[in-house]
Formats: sequence, C-alpha cells, structure tokens
Amino acid sequence: MLQTAPRRKKSTASKAAPHERFLEAFRWMLLARTLEEKLVSLYRGGLITGGVYVGRGQEAVSVACGLFLQKGDIFAPLIRDQAGRSAFGEPLVDVTRTYLGSRQGPMRGRDGNIHRGRPRDNQLAMISHLGAMVSVTVGALLAKRFHGEKNFVGLSCIGEGGMQTGSFHEGMNLAAVEQVPLVVVATNNHYAYSTPNDREFACHDLVDRAIGYGFEGYTVDGTDLTNCLEVIGSAVKRARAGRPPQLVVASTLRLSGHGEHDDASYVTDEMKRQPFARDCLKAAEQTIVDLNLVDAETLRDWREEAAAQVDQAISTAQKEAAPEADEEDWCAISTRALGDKIE
Amino acid sequence: MSITYLEAIREAQAKLLRDDERVFIYGEDVGGTFGGAFKATKGLAKEFPGRVLNTPISEDAMVGAAIGAAIQGMRPIVEMQFADFSSTALNQILNNAGTHYWRTNVPVPITVRLPCGGTKGSGPFHSQSMESIYAHYPGLIVMTPATVEDAYTMLIEAVTIDDPVVYCEHKYLYYHLKADKLPTEEGLPTGQARILREGRDLTIVAYSAMVHEALAVADELIGEGFEIEVVDLRAVKPLDTETVLASVARTGRLLCVGESFPWGGATAEVISRVTSEGFHFLDAAPQRINAKDTPIPYHPNLWAAHRPNAKMIAEKTRELLRE
Repeated sequence: MLQTAPRRKKSTASKAAPHERFLEAFRWMLLARTLEEKLVSLYRGGLITGGVYVGRGQEAVSVACGLFLQKGDIFAPLIRDQAGRSAFGEPLVDVTRTYLGSRQGPMRGRDGNIHRGRPRDNQLAMISHLGAMVSVTVGALLAKRFHGEKNFVGLSCIGEGGMQTGSFHEGMNLAAVEQVPLVVVATNNHYAYSTPNDREFACHDLVDRAIGYGFEGYTVDGTDLTNCLEVIGSAVKRARAGRPPQLVVASTLRLSGHGEHDDASYVTDEMKRQPFARDCLKAAEQTIVDLNLVDAETLRDWREEAAAQVDQAISTAQKEAAPEADEEDWCAISTRALGDKIE
Repeated sequence: MSITYLEAIREAQAKLLRDDERVFIYGEDVGGTFGGAFKATKGLAKEFPGRVLNTPISEDAMVGAAIGAAIQGMRPIVEMQFADFSSTALNQILNNAGTHYWRTNVPVPITVRLPCGGTKGSGPFHSQSMESIYAHYPGLIVMTPATVEDAYTMLIEAVTIDDPVVYCEHKYLYYHLKADKLPTEEGLPTGQARILREGRDLTIVAYSAMVHEALAVADELIGEGFEIEVVDLRAVKPLDTETVLASVARTGRLLCVGESFPWGGATAEVISRVTSEGFHFLDAAPQRINAKDTPIPYHPNLWAAHRPNAKMIAEKTRELLRE
C-alpha cells in the first residue's frame, strides 16, 4: 500500500524539537560544505583536472542517506553525496586523493572526482550512466540474502534526472520483484544539468511512481534537516524491518552548477525564490541558533575543526606522487595471464 | 550415449551449482519448470531451489544485479535469452563490469551467457553474433567455444575466472553437435587456440560454428590435393596470436572466418595482427569472410547467403591457394 507523507506546504525552519541526531548530521553537512568549497577553490586555481561536482544545497538529504546505515549495509551514493559518503565512513583523504590524482587514493588516478568508492567496504563506485547503480545495489543485497545475513539494507541515491532512465526503471522494478531491503532516495533538485523539470517528466509528482514500482513512497523537504532525518531514517528502519522497498523523493534546488565549469545561468530568479531553494545548511544552523542547541563558540569551533580536517586531507594528498604511465601495467582484468597481448 | 553442445552447457551449470554455493543463475525464463528458451537450465531450478531465478525482461538490471552480487562474493551466471538482447545490457557489461576492476581494484566475476549466431528463420533480432563488440571493450574475456568438450570445460572455467566473461554459445551447435561423453579432465585453458586439423597449404582461423564449416572445407579440399590447417580460436579475447602466427609461418596463407558483421571485428583483428607481426610469413594477401553488412535476413534463401558457409569458404580458399 502506498504511504505518502503529507507534503509540506511551506518550508520553514523546524521550531519543534530537532531530530536526536541533528547536531551530528549538521557537522557532517558542515564538513562536506567546507570540503567542497575548498575543492572549488583548488579547481579554479587549476589544481584539479577534470571537474568538481558539489552537493551544495543537498547536504541535508545526503547526510540522512549515510547516517542511518550501519556496518554491513550497502551505500550507492551519487554525484552530490559528499555529506552522505562522509557520514557512511568514507575517509576524507579518499576524496582529496581522488580529486588531486594521488596514486594512493582508492582510484589511483584511474578514475576521478565523484566516480570513486570502496566496494569491499560496501561503498559502491558509481558510473556516470545514471540509474545503473540501482540494480547493482539490488544485486549486492541479493548476495547478502544468499549468504544468510540478516538486518541489512541498501541505499541507492538518484536525482530526478536519473529517474528518467530505463536503467533506473529496470532497477526499481527488479528491487520490488526481489523484495530486497532497498531504500532509493531521489533528490529533485529541479535541473538535469540545464534542463528544468517540465522537460524531464510529466507526472504530477515523482513519488506517485512508487506505487507503480511496488515501493512505498514518501516525500521530504530537502531543505529541512530534521524532516530529512525523520523521513529517510524511518525509510531505512522500515526497509530493515522487512517492509517493501522504499522510495523517498526530496525537493531542493541545486545551489551550484552541474559542475564547477557550469555557471548555472539558466536557473531563473523565480526558481531561486522558491521555498525549495533555501540553503539547508543555513537553515540547519538557524535552527541551532533559534533553539540554542549549542552556543556560538561551539559552532565556531566546529567550523574550524572542519576546516582543519579538510586542510589535513588536502595536504596529505598534495604530498603524494601522481601515477606514472610507465609504471602502469595497462591490464584491465585481474587475471593477468588472460590479458590480451596486443602489440 | 551421446551428449549435445546444449546438454554440455546444462551439465556444466549443474556441476557449478553443485560444487560452488556462490553460483546462481539469473535470467528470463531460466527457472520454474520451463528451464530457459533453449532448455539450457532445464531441471536446474528444481534440483537447486532458490538458485535458478527468473527475472523480469530487464537485461540491464539482470546484469547490474549480477555485478552487485559478484562484488559481494557470489558467482552469478546471467543467461541472455538471445545474444541480440544483450545490447540492452551493453552499459552494464561494458561500462560497469568491464571498468570495475581497473577503477576499483575489485574484480567482478560474472559470466554472461549469450546464445549466439544464426539459425534459419530467426531474422534480424534472434540471430546475432556479438563477440566482436564485447572484445572491443577492455575488461572482458570473450569465449567462443566450438566443441561440446569446450562448451563444458570453458563454461566451468568462465565461472571460476575472477573477471567478467562473455560466453558466446552457438545456437546452431546446440543440437547439431554431439560428443560421446563429457570431458573428465580440464580442457585447454582459455587463451590457447587449438589446431583442430593440421595442414601445410593454408590456415583457416575460425571460432564457434564457423570452425565446423572450415573443417568441412578442409575435408573437401583433400580431394583436390590440398591440406588445410584449421585453427579454432576458442576465445576471441584473449586472442592467441602466437598459435595463429606459428600456423601461418608453416602454411604462408591465411583465411579468417567469423559470423559477425564485417566492419572490424575478430577476423579483422586476426588479419591485422598477422600482417603486422608475421608479414614475411605470408605468400598471399590474407583474406576474411564474415556475414554481410546488412541486418540478418529472415527468409532461409537470404539467410543462407548472408552467413558464411562451407561453400563460400571453399571458393575463397581455392582463390587464395591459386595466388
């Protein structure tokens, strides 16, 4: 049966008691924002090759995706999930090593930016082809079922852009057919690169698709941290308890370009005035101040601590050597003896 | 007592399921009492409950799920109902499975079974041979067994290998090819071609069903006083260039035969390598025969002319021998 949480008519900072993990989540958001702002500077200064893709404006949704997962759970983050990746346990230095091309990073210079992961630690490494990681997450959960494991879940992130791919649809349908404990969190940030919602889909509300897939569906205000923690936390809990797969659709605005090469000049002023355009990090901080959850000094300490962690991670990666082409074995398979000996 | 190529594939899967609890089979219609469109999994769902699973018509998700399961320690076998339909899973096979080890250092031990090749009346969407497409991309092993024995031992090897394997099984050989019994020993390892027929006048390099057309030509040309050497590649990736070169060094003439479309592909690759690395062995320009550069026709009259056959190969062989 479809369960749709009441849609919030107006997004305002929660005046009610915040979620019990609010401050913990806030600190991951702060760390992600601090890190990504630094990565942007490095990119603009020419120190990062390729691109930088940030989750500005989506940290509240993202952190909630990572925060409720436990050891043994599967996480398939996407492009704007730094907060969730950190909350799930990705070392900060994995990020800086990958962006700065250290040979010691998890991708060793073979892949860059957000295309990183540690599959052995259940952090799946996304490919750029959107929707593809949903079925991969389903398969990882099937394996856990085969192994006889209990109480595990998987969480796969997507955007409203990726929701329009055939791969996404196949993955969702398969998840429901297999009844695996999957949560799919879809963030509608209102643009697929430069394309607005009206050229992306024509249904009334993306969450309505849940019933078609055989998922339970919920909506969440992606600018409201407490709301994100409650709705995504509950979805994870329900999946873990054996309920059908869960779809959560969050509404927010991407407060950046698609990547830092993109000035997002296509985002209209009217769009920027919408309630979903609110900066979730600022809103969360306002809640802290309004409810006097911690004092200003503590907030400042947290900010400084985040900056120090980021500096440390960057400094570590900067000191490390880049990969060298003549030391690369140029073999794409692990069974070296079966590598094609092409001249 | 005899066993067909198709039965060998079924028996290999039964053995894999029996011997290795990490193995499961995933695909359209493979489970239940049905056992697959070609019956390659007949009876296995009953014998191995919960491990031979029907899927929705979702080739992309089938392979995606296999990748996820493989990363978590399983050894999935995905059956594509027809090789042709694997085109809708290209992204998962090429971009996800094929890149995964290189990117993350974590191999993806999946086996994707592709019922390949033409049978008359099957038309453009149930007749394709896809080996050249998969071989073009990095990160995959592409097997093309031509014998009952290889169908059996190579499928077992495919599942044992830590990397993604595209296993191309030929639909024409399913019922036409028989052996007395299943091999009891391990076969030749993948990456080694096999000289099926020794000869001194010309080398035909083939794989999958074309091996048998080549053998028929070799038989026919004995009567004309020629000894044709037939090399069965067994796998198009890795390609055993060494065995091919050694053969061409002896015969001086090379003809490559493949059933996939003519632009590029496995036969072009063989000729390219022989020309680059064994130019001085050649007494005549190397030649190749492939299917025609059109979709595969439905009508048997057209189909028979589209796909290489012994008659075409014999003509080309005679031409090449005259040079």
